[in-house]
Amino acid sequence: MKKSFVLLVAALFSLIAAAPALAGMLEINGSTTVLPITQVVAEQYMKDYPDTRISLSGGGSGNGIKAIIDGTTNIANSSRFIKQSEVDQAVAKGRYPVPFAVAYDALTPVVHPSNPVSNLTLAQLKDIYLGKFKNWSELGGDNRPIVVISRDTSSGTYESWSEIVLKGERVFPGAQLLASSGAVATAVAANKNAVGYVGIGYLNPAIKAIAVEGVVGSAETAMNGTFPIARALFVFTAGWPKGETMHFINYLLHPEKGQPLVKQAGFVPLY
Amino acid sequence: MAAKRDIKEKGIQWLFVCVGMASLTLLTMIMIFLFMEGLPIFSHVSVGDFIFGKLWYPTYDPPDFGIFPLIVASIAVTTVSSFIAIPLGVMTAIYLAEIASSRMREIVKPIVELLAAIPSVVIGFFGMVVIAPFIQELFNIPTGLNLFNASLMLAFMSVPTICSLSEDAIFSVPVELKEASLALGATHWETIHRVTLPAALSGISTSVILGMSRAMGETMVVLMVAGGAAMMPGSLFDPVRPMPASIAAEMAEAPFRGDHYYALFATGIVLFLFTLAFNIVADQISHRYKQVGAATL
Repeated sequence: MKKSFVLLVAALFSLIAAAPALAGMLEINGSTTVLPITQVVAEQYMKDYPDTRISLSGGGSGNGIKAIIDGTTNIANSSRFIKQSEVDQAVAKGRYPVPFAVAYDALTPVVHPSNPVSNLTLAQLKDIYLGKFKNWSELGGDNRPIVVISRDTSSGTYESWSEIVLKGERVFPGAQLLASSGAVATAVAANKNAVGYVGIGYLNPAIKAIAVEGVVGSAETAMNGTFPIARALFVFTAGWPKGETMHFINYLLHPEKGQPLVKQAGFVPLY
Repeated sequence: MAAKRDIKEKGIQWLFVCVGMASLTLLTMIMIFLFMEGLPIFSHVSVGDFIFGKLWYPTYDPPDFGIFPLIVASIAVTTVSSFIAIPLGVMTAIYLAEIASSRMREIVKPIVELLAAIPSVVIGFFGMVVIAPFIQELFNIPTGLNLFNASLMLAFMSVPTICSLSEDAIFSVPVELKEASLALGATHWETIHRVTLPAALSGISTSVILGMSRAMGETMVVLMVAGGAAMMPGSLFDPVRPMPASIAAEMAEAPFRGDHYYALFATGIVLFLFTLAFNIVADQISHRYKQVGAATL
């Protein structure tokens, strides 16, 4: 009798002690590319753990990492790896940024479905974005002007594109720079002359994906490394995550919990 | 007794002073902040290179911070949209104030003013999804997201401002002036364009300038439909990147207190100076050419 009472009290105490550790608030900030992933995972997580409240915002990779540097967020989404200057700033403030790869993304060139062009080499793509090709007929297409659509030069998506396709050269000034991948998809769907690029999560029947070097962007080709324009997506924490943050990240990386949702959000899961 | 009333009176006076000062202080602080965050860029780039530089590549190493194409784009969309919005707005105002029956006026005026209540993101989306493919087909041009489309959408947004304020100005022209003109044998049209319009000119000009300043500062529409290419427009159908679009699109990704961040705030300063100039001109006109009283017997 007495023993069971002690056990009960102990159980109660442990509940009270454990509760604040798990029943918390999580702030997630950063890349709009990674946002759809953390959003579906956060929704499922809050269903499984109703005591947790997660607040999500998408201010861009730079803003997310800045929030890690300033200690104003638990988790930062980033579509690019952290820069040396950002690491230095964080370390100077006593915060050590820790990266976790959460998914892969393949950036696929897209055109209007009526465009006959279906394969381009990396060199051709580069010259299109440098403004050297002006007409689709130069690439085996119809006699139509090429309208080059890109993401803003400050977006993480553009940074990946610039690194892999442009090899660090500058997109020519005549390229239309749009503020979101959704806007790129909409603009390409509405324009027969357009070429753009989006993550494979944004592919839809109104736009046509183009093979790069003969490889079509898909989950398999991104994971086995054959699709040339693929990248990892990250979340960052300040220092090794603890408590609720750790719990959430483990959930996000779990092959049966978070990762299937990554696929559902249109990205390539890690497993 | 009187003392108590005095205290109450003083108290209320102070309350209003405080409230009035609060918004003024806030505005001043925002301005100080804008300049504090924008001016440091000029230690890396000279004012001339910043304003007249033709290349805008803020994220490259070394970066190029030349906002001339952005300034030209802002001026271009504002000018073209004025060419569309001023005739539309002013003529609608003349119709409403002088020609329409009072019943018609009561129906149409609120509808025009309601146009101002449409969120700019909705207008932008409309321009992107409906107007862009349409003008692309119509003019057979490479892209529908361009200077012309943005100007058209901005005109939509400034028509309510121009129309509503002009209508007020025309409507408040003293009836004696019109009666005098009609009594001299002038027709209705002659009265409108020789008497009423000149008398209302200061109000109309103010409305036009406020409408233009709205078009210049508008962000969402130009972000969505102007096309976003930071180049000097060669034709009406080239994509452009006005200043507000650039600030809105890049601020989120600019590293905090980095050069790019300072450059965007400096772009904000330039934009602020433009709209400030517009507002000062509007203020001057409305004071200088004010219709003072009517000559009645």
